[in-house]
Amino acid sequence: MEFETVIGLEVHAQMLTDTKIFCNCSTKFGGAPNSHACPVCLGMPGVLPVLNKKVVEFAMKMALATNCTINPANSFARKNYFYPDLPKGYQISQFAYPIAEHGHIWLEANGRKRKIGITRIHMEEDAGKLIHDENQPASYVDLNRTGVPLIEIVSEPDMRSPEEAAEYLKRLHEILVYLEICDGNMEEGSFRCDANVSIRPRDQHEFGTRAELKNMNSFRNVQRALEYEVKRQQYLVENGQAVIQETRLWDDAQGVTNPMRSKEEAHDYRYFPDPDLVPVVVDGAWVEEIRAGMPELPLVRRERFIHDYQIPAYDAGVLTAEKALADYYEDVVKLCGKPKQASNWVMGDVLRFLNEEKRDIRSCPITAGALADMIRLIEEGTISGKMAKDVIDEMYRTGKSPQEIIEERGLVQITDEGALAATIAGIIDASPGQVKEYRSGKEKIFGFFVGQVMKATQGKANPKLVNDLLKKMLAGS
Amino acid sequence: MKLSTSDVEYVAKLARLEVTEPEKEMFTAQLNDILLYIDKLNELDTTGVAPMTHAIAVQNAFREDKVLESLGTKKALANAPDARGEFFRVPKVIE
Amino acid sequence: MELYSFTIHELQEKLKSGEASSRQIVDSVFSRIDAVEERVHSYIRLMKEDALTAAAIADENIKNGDIRPLTGIPVALKDIVCTQGIPTTCGSHILHNFVPPYDATVVQKLRDAGAVFVGKTNMDEFAMGSSTETSYFGPTRNPWDLDRIPGGSSGGSASAVAADECIASIGSDTGGSIRQPAALCGIVGMKPTYGRVSRFGLIAFASSLDQIGPFTKDVEDCAIMMNALAGYDPRESTSVRAEVPDYRQFIGRDINGWRIGIPKEYYVDGIDPEVSMAVKIAIEVIEKCGGQIVDISLPHTPYCLAVYYIIAPAEASSNLARYDGVKYGFRAAEARDLMDMYKKTRMQGFGPEVKRRIMIGTYALSAGYYDAYYGKASQVRALIRRDFDEAFKKCDVILTPTTPTPAFKIGEKTDDPLQMYLSDIFTISTNLAGIPGISVPCGYTRTGLPIGVQFLAGHFEEGKLLQVASAYEKNAAIEKRRPTL
Repeated sequence: MEFETVIGLEVHAQMLTDTKIFCNCSTKFGGAPNSHACPVCLGMPGVLPVLNKKVVEFAMKMALATNCTINPANSFARKNYFYPDLPKGYQISQFAYPIAEHGHIWLEANGRKRKIGITRIHMEEDAGKLIHDENQPASYVDLNRTGVPLIEIVSEPDMRSPEEAAEYLKRLHEILVYLEICDGNMEEGSFRCDANVSIRPRDQHEFGTRAELKNMNSFRNVQRALEYEVKRQQYLVENGQAVIQETRLWDDAQGVTNPMRSKEEAHDYRYFPDPDLVPVVVDGAWVEEIRAGMPELPLVRRERFIHDYQIPAYDAGVLTAEKALADYYEDVVKLCGKPKQASNWVMGDVLRFLNEEKRDIRSCPITAGALADMIRLIEEGTISGKMAKDVIDEMYRTGKSPQEIIEERGLVQITDEGALAATIAGIIDASPGQVKEYRSGKEKIFGFFVGQVMKATQGKANPKLVNDLLKKMLAGS
Repeated sequence: MKLSTSDVEYVAKLARLEVTEPEKEMFTAQLNDILLYIDKLNELDTTGVAPMTHAIAVQNAFREDKVLESLGTKKALANAPDARGEFFRVPKVIE
Repeated sequence: MELYSFTIHELQEKLKSGEASSRQIVDSVFSRIDAVEERVHSYIRLMKEDALTAAAIADENIKNGDIRPLTGIPVALKDIVCTQGIPTTCGSHILHNFVPPYDATVVQKLRDAGAVFVGKTNMDEFAMGSSTETSYFGPTRNPWDLDRIPGGSSGGSASAVAADECIASIGSDTGGSIRQPAALCGIVGMKPTYGRVSRFGLIAFASSLDQIGPFTKDVEDCAIMMNALAGYDPRESTSVRAEVPDYRQFIGRDINGWRIGIPKEYYVDGIDPEVSMAVKIAIEVIEKCGGQIVDISLPHTPYCLAVYYIIAPAEASSNLARYDGVKYGFRAAEARDLMDMYKKTRMQGFGPEVKRRIMIGTYALSAGYYDAYYGKASQVRALIRRDFDEAFKKCDVILTPTTPTPAFKIGEKTDDPLQMYLSDIFTISTNLAGIPGISVPCGYTRTGLPIGVQFLAGHFEEGKLLQVASAYEKNAAIEKRRPTL
């Protein structure tokens, strides 16, 4: 039987604010346990939440970037359940009136565009962390993360393959990071994903029974987990067994999904409007203000790069994958006016250096200005492309400007025609045999002369000038 | 609507309350009395009435994104019935 | 006359003139406490040492000419407002050892106004009750008759003022918890407009209904207390940025030509005849003051109690979920696992009335019932508010009895929750609509139990309430009795 896979994703993205969503505690990762906690996020009696405005603005940015409709009046609700990492006994979230709904993003694969619907985006607070004791029947609670702002982005069940799901996640991740509203760090949990997956016979319209997958902390794992789950469900159906609706955890080491062991008590969250928080009312002026402050989004920028800078689609893709990298590239282009060359140096040497050290473009020792200078020096003929390879290496290691390095190492190309002609004349005189060969038509030996000149000039001779002079002088005129 | 003792058991579990057998009986009877009284709301037609969730209509109450000093671990744990090191300790979660 | 028997404004004169020091006033109050507290049980905790320190500072400030609205005045706090470094129990076992690392905004404001805190007063557990009998720390008794309840939930704050165990106090009012005990104890009590006084640090019972307000010996003191308490608080999202007038300006003004609304739904069977009589006489006094009586209707009045007993428990069931034995307060010993710890802690930590309301609220919000209960109640709540909006087009203030009966006997209604709930029948609608209300003494039964009359006004019209209450107080000239203890 031919099956079709149906996937919907729920992404939780931590907002890159300084403080928590309802109190003034820091959101910094890695503080001493329970140090970023105050009466509000500890759920002490009598204290009250006040919404961090920046969280609303960040959520609005994401809503606009994903073509959502921003609800002019949205509000918070309480999701009630008991767990030690939830100090109030309820999570403040948005339920009936989320900040944004009805959006979409575009995916592009093999030149084909696919639209993936966004059901809703809502704001909520994160829970704390529970650490289980290996040796004792006890758990330990750290409430630093409690109240850290999240947005949840829920997609429509529009994806039809694990690859497509992974692609969707990458695009979403890219947008969040581009907007500078989420650091996108998956290991630290700043970007988390749950997946709903089901299969159905290709000609069937109704959805099959879905499983919810959790515990996948990388793009690769999302794809692996989905691939496994699709196979598992196919196996069940082909063997006449039913897929049951359940939550399953991805086991990275085993490469399988397992049913969550906890007795899934029928969830009865008793949502109701939070009386301690008031509606968020968003007018057109506020939306326009947010829109005006938004950066160009990756997909748009990619197309602009291809068009304006005449660089290949692949290069444009690499260069726009990260906002900081794209900014860097554009700075270099602006300063040197050579988009293609800039692309080659950034994608080649600069990214190689950074990848080797797992460094971020923002901490790259080669400033955009320095790289532009170097490209200009090549174009002006001051240094050769070959010399530049050494220069950029030192630029990266020392952070020095190309001019400084060239000066220190005396790397300036010899472009003095008279001096070079004298050197060449000496070489011609010293190699009568080779001259004879060349003149008898064996032009391959030309390389020998180039080599000799470079050796004599320690590689500093301008290659073009060497070529021209050699040709002229060997011709014997 | 009539509440049974099994409804009471379900609600007690949701609310994390242990109830004894006599309490179960008592709650069932008392809750039924109260619910019966509450049922009089059904006399009213509220079609199209917007629910009132706040006593006063306030909107857009915001806070600036500015870090203020937290309590610190010691004070955060000062009231804890079972603080261990820098953590709140709880009995294990049965899965 | 002992210093403890004076009002705030009288004591202020004595402090200013040097006739009395704050130290003397505080000593007088504590001597009174020593004499009567054992019988009345207004307090869960006394703060004598803090009070003496604060009195010394007050006297120093007075000497330096720094005299604020409450400088040197002994004030009691309901044990529902958080006090930094001082245990705050909310009348519950589950918080019996909780020490807040913060002050409620009102505590800060009172302190800034110069008040001296006497102690934390007794209350129904988590403010759930109308008699102060559900307190984990035992019941408070009505100073006018020790066999009777003082009302509730702020019974301790009311009895403390009535028995001269403080000069003024604060309570909280979710369905009448200030006005009802004020009426039953023969003093003045005001519930301000929702959002007028900060709820930050007020332990939540039903967040959309709770409001802090003062108990005082007369209406002028109420205005003085309101001046100290009212105001916008950025720490509360539902706090309102409305201008706060100087409430003292409304004292002593006449009410000539004011329209006084009498809602027909409040004058029904079941009201104690002596209460009926006292309120009827109060209406006549108001007319003599120049008030013009207007018949009005609040048609949804019969549904208020039902709406209240869905919304308040629903919010409470969520607000009280945080008492789980993890972060603070009581935790049951010897739990097998987490679930067992939760259930035992909450079973042993909460009293029966609190558990009953958690059960109702949990049920009303649970899957399948939300629309029928919480949803429906929220809609009817809108209709109740609309009733008041309409009524205030026809009148300036509304006059009603505060309670259907005078103080009842201790134990009389503890086994019948619904009967207990009915004692708040005249006060609940105010909280649902978010409007302010004040209860003022309007006489005594033949057996000497106090009766109160209630005035209601539109949102943020506390000034009107103080004006009508002060005009009534002056013209009614109710005999000034003190409970004989």
